Amino acid sequence: MRRVRVIPVLTIDNGKLVKTIKFKKPNYIGDPVNAVKIFNEKEVDEIVLLDITATKEGREPSYSKIEEICSEAFMPFAYGGGITNMSQIDKLFQLGIEKVILNSVLDQNDQLVKEVTKKFGSQSIVGSIDVKKSIFGKYQVYTKSGSQKAKLGLTDYLKKVLDYGIGELILTSIDNEGTYLDYDFKLVELVSNIAKIPLVACGGANSLGSFKNAIESGASAVAAGSLFVYRGRTNGILINYPSQEDFTSIIFA
Amino acid sequence: MITIIDYGAGNIKSIRNMLKKIGVESCISKEPEVIAQASKLILPGVGHFDYGMKSLRTSGLVEVLYQSVMVNKIPILGICLGAQLLGKSSEESEEQGLSWLDMEVVRFDSFRMDESLNVPHMGWNEIKQEKESLLLAGYEEIPKFYFVHTYHMKPIDPSDILTTTNYGYDFTSAVEKDNIFGVQFHPEKSHKFGMKVLMNFSKI
Repeated sequence: MRRVRVIPVLTIDNGKLVKTIKFKKPNYIGDPVNAVKIFNEKEVDEIVLLDITATKEGREPSYSKIEEICSEAFMPFAYGGGITNMSQIDKLFQLGIEKVILNSVLDQNDQLVKEVTKKFGSQSIVGSIDVKKSIFGKYQVYTKSGSQKAKLGLTDYLKKVLDYGIGELILTSIDNEGTYLDYDFKLVELVSNIAKIPLVACGGANSLGSFKNAIESGASAVAAGSLFVYRGRTNGILINYPSQEDFTSIIFA
Repeated sequence: MITIIDYGAGNIKSIRNMLKKIGVESCISKEPEVIAQASKLILPGVGHFDYGMKSLRTSGLVEVLYQSVMVNKIPILGICLGAQLLGKSSEESEEQGLSWLDMEVVRFDSFRMDESLNVPHMGWNEIKQEKESLLLAGYEEIPKFYFVHTYHMKPIDPSDILTTTNYGYDFTSAVEKDNIFGVQFHPEKSHKFGMKVLMNFSKI
């Protein structure tokens, strides 16, 4: 049995599906509901939906849009973006979401993170960690869609998040996101040595081979955005996902 | 018509969404009077055993459910924590379960597992059917399902085991006894494979 999950990441901005490069230059892709319908047919393992402007613009999650998208998602569905308090999280789970993804609050609101993992169980709470290299090549954690540097360094930040009982991590390389440069394997290895919980690598995937290498670097699951919404690097829009046969025979054989 | 029991500890919306998708009528209820009238029940559940059991008790549903399931023999499908609650006890909790099945719930035994396997068991996995069942009828390929759990069912009577799944070792991933069904996996999140389970259940 293939145990590695391969996860499309859908990024939305005010209800529209967009795709960024290094967290910038959002390019309009289409309607997220349609994308999810297509991903249903392709039997994707799981979907991650991120509202990438909510926190930055001080907005709450767009519940009605999330509900609409969720009603078409017959696979595990995780949501992140704009979350600042417990009642929002309650509401999100009621919409039919399996996992809530926390990012900026990991840096800003320790108390909420502690309470939320206790209330909903570790397996329902995913920590999203966005990492960018400094000019000296040092890994640094950023929140608010890459716009604000976290208080702690990567290792301490990770330890803190793990202590709070987060059940899974999505690790995104801001430098590689949307670039097709491949995952930052060094970063994946570094984090997987510290975090003994499921680790999802994200940012830079360019082929099925990327997935395999990420797993060998210590990731337990892989995620990608551009690869699943564009056709090749010429950037024609095409919602796509490898066939189950491709996965089992080529990558995870 | 399937009645989904709303006791504050389940992802009821996604179950409803999938039933709607496959054209099976359903309603969501926490009213003892409504649940007493139901001809088929789904007991969802996510989270701690403790919290789930306490919520069921506070909702005042334990007695009416006992009457429906154990006396009137109404078919019930427990999903994830909802399946675990069918048993007697759990290592996760001091609370007693519903005790309709002679079953305990235990934590994944990491001593029996390869180091590379994380707990919770999270992701897609296959099932191995241990006995004939209407719930799993009509699959043309080996079905796979989405799992998220740290604890698993352990029936005392092996004849209650419907399926096993391998994660480090073979554990019980579904149980069936008379009108009582329980699945550790999430059919509502398992594409066509899950639709089939829910469709089959609607016809039992």
